[in-house]
Amino acid sequence: MGLIIKEKEFVIPGDIVAEGIDYLPAGGVFREKDKIIAGQIGIVSVDNRLIKLIPLTGIYKPKAGDVVIGQVVNISFNGWSIDMGFSNLALLSVRDATSEFIERKSDLSRYFDFDDYIVAKISNVGKGNLIDLTMKGHGLMKLRDGMLIDVSPSKVPRIIGKQGSMINLLKDLSKCQVHVGQNGKVWINGDNCEKLIEAIRVIERESHISGLTEKIEKLLGGR
Amino acid sequence: MMVTATNAYNKRMDGRNFDELREIEAKVGVVKSADGSAMFKIGDTIAIAAVRGPRDLYPRFMQNPKGGILRCSYNMMSFSVDERIRPGPSRRSREITLVTENALMPAVDLSEFPNSVVDVFIEIVQADAGTRCAGICAASLALADAGIPMRDLVCAVSVGKVGGKILVDLNKYEEDYEDGSSDMPVAFLPRRNEISLLQLDGGMKKEEILNALELAKKSCVEILEVQRNALMGKYKNG
Amino acid sequence: MDNISREYLIKFLDKGKRINGRKFDELREIEVDYNVSKHAEGAARIKFGDTEVIVGVKLEVGEPFPDKPDEGTIIVGAEMLPLSSAEFEPGPPSVDSIELARVVDRAIRESKAIDFKKLCITKGEKVWMVLIDIYTINDDGNLQDASALATLAALKQVKIPRYDGKKVDYSEKTGKLPLLSMPVECSVVKIKDKLLSDPCFEEEKMMDARLTVGVTENNEICAMQKGGKKVLTIEDVNEMIEISLKNSEKLRKLLK
Repeated sequence: MGLIIKEKEFVIPGDIVAEGIDYLPAGGVFREKDKIIAGQIGIVSVDNRLIKLIPLTGIYKPKAGDVVIGQVVNISFNGWSIDMGFSNLALLSVRDATSEFIERKSDLSRYFDFDDYIVAKISNVGKGNLIDLTMKGHGLMKLRDGMLIDVSPSKVPRIIGKQGSMINLLKDLSKCQVHVGQNGKVWINGDNCEKLIEAIRVIERESHISGLTEKIEKLLGGR
Repeated sequence: MMVTATNAYNKRMDGRNFDELREIEAKVGVVKSADGSAMFKIGDTIAIAAVRGPRDLYPRFMQNPKGGILRCSYNMMSFSVDERIRPGPSRRSREITLVTENALMPAVDLSEFPNSVVDVFIEIVQADAGTRCAGICAASLALADAGIPMRDLVCAVSVGKVGGKILVDLNKYEEDYEDGSSDMPVAFLPRRNEISLLQLDGGMKKEEILNALELAKKSCVEILEVQRNALMGKYKNG
Repeated sequence: MDNISREYLIKFLDKGKRINGRKFDELREIEVDYNVSKHAEGAARIKFGDTEVIVGVKLEVGEPFPDKPDEGTIIVGAEMLPLSSAEFEPGPPSVDSIELARVVDRAIRESKAIDFKKLCITKGEKVWMVLIDIYTINDDGNLQDASALATLAALKQVKIPRYDGKKVDYSEKTGKLPLLSMPVECSVVKIKDKLLSDPCFEEEKMMDARLTVGVTENNEICAMQKGGKKVLTIEDVNEMIEISLKNSEKLRKLLK
């Protein structure tokens, strides 16, 4: 009874992590009768009675409050369809787009045009994974040109760092603009961003290895 | 047909034991732009699988509001066998597509992706029997690589009776064995001991079938270890 | 989702740089692997960076065309597999696959790369048919050139099976396929006023137009195809051919 697989161990779907009723599944694992079973590739993490997986693969689970990066793929009379690289398109409706008053029948592409990138916040995830976005809020904006890098959503916290420490480091040292979406999209813009892109890849690969901050500092040319 | 001393298959043509699998090689992440992918090679049979999704599903009438759907496609490259296969779907490939879908479905949980599709594409690059099983093993790895929630991996292998002997992982020679060959592809969800693929092409008695299933179950444990190492190779060791 | 905005890409190009650091006329790292599929008479896997293609060649006995009774035949087919790109849909070959196959075919046919007369078995009745099938495995741009090079690499490996007048014995091989030329293909895309060879996925997606050129050892141009929805000037064509002639030498060296 109890934990079958030790904490910090690597598991694959179907692995039995624990037996008995002492533990509760908290994420990435599920209960079946008296067993707690891994549902994804990940690393076991135990917090008191809660067992969850630190996921190593990357399907994004949208939730309200997430700041995400998306691209306008369609404009209709009541808003914009936004591609977030997720299985469904998200909706940015006219009333959530801006604090300005938008007259009916005005040309919506003046605000956000096809192919524009935006930093938006998820206001609601409805039934059927229907995602509503809002642009009203601090730090939400349209992005001018730039490029996107795909990262695993599970690595986003590491790229942001504790209270933004890592992302601020990246911005300062690279002198590039950077925005990170919880949906695994990193937007960058600037003149010499090659090292920045490399740094982000290093963070992805070595997120669980210590000494990462020093390594990134060195890579980007130090303080 | 009566098995006699002269036509009994006493020794396998490649020297393997009756319960021995061919050499297996598996690798994850072989198609860079796919959401998940894997290569699974068993003996001379090579399968590549790639997963794309969950993604938008068209036509809309196929969408399921209660959960995502799994859509498979199995195809053999024209030069994967000696006698060239004309490109395009055949009745055989469509049947294998269907049984592959049914083999993988019990393992995946698509409830979090309503109205979407998870596409699984399987291509056979080189064939020496056991292609649908290799395809399923590759697809299972690709699904895990893509982060699709799964209850278990899926392992598949062919078992059968050749020249009167029950054995595992038939190669082409054994499949075509003149003096009697029955081919039984099986897929297991290995930790749950649940069978998700079962077909039989040939004559076997019930006891023989049950023996063969036990043999398949044992082999799937071995296959699972290969799959685990392939996933660890990408995820644990970077 | 586009991974790069057009403005950003052009900003880079205006500074003389490409997004992955290459020079405008530089090819990506190319890998050739011959250990691909043993039942094919010849097969090869080619990678141009992350773009990957597998080509296999099978030989069958068939009837010659009525107007060429003593010549073997060639058929080139291509499948842009949905497994290789999110943009490819399942179903019968798309018009892009058909174009890709026909441009590869054109270079081989017009350069007279295969000595078809040597593929004649019985005049007017039986000839060898060379059946080439191209499968894309990963699309990171320029599937065209990768497919053409993989086709040549596969053809170079081909050994003709034994034919006893009734049946082909694939386990017995006679001589090699009679190849007279190695027509490699080089594609260059135009974005705004910049010419880039061996485009990656993003560059191909943003292109205004493209020119694919088939070149033989003698620097003779045996095939051309303009792609894309916008236009080229005569100066463009001149420059693009020059770039392709230079790069074709590099590609041909890889097949040695």
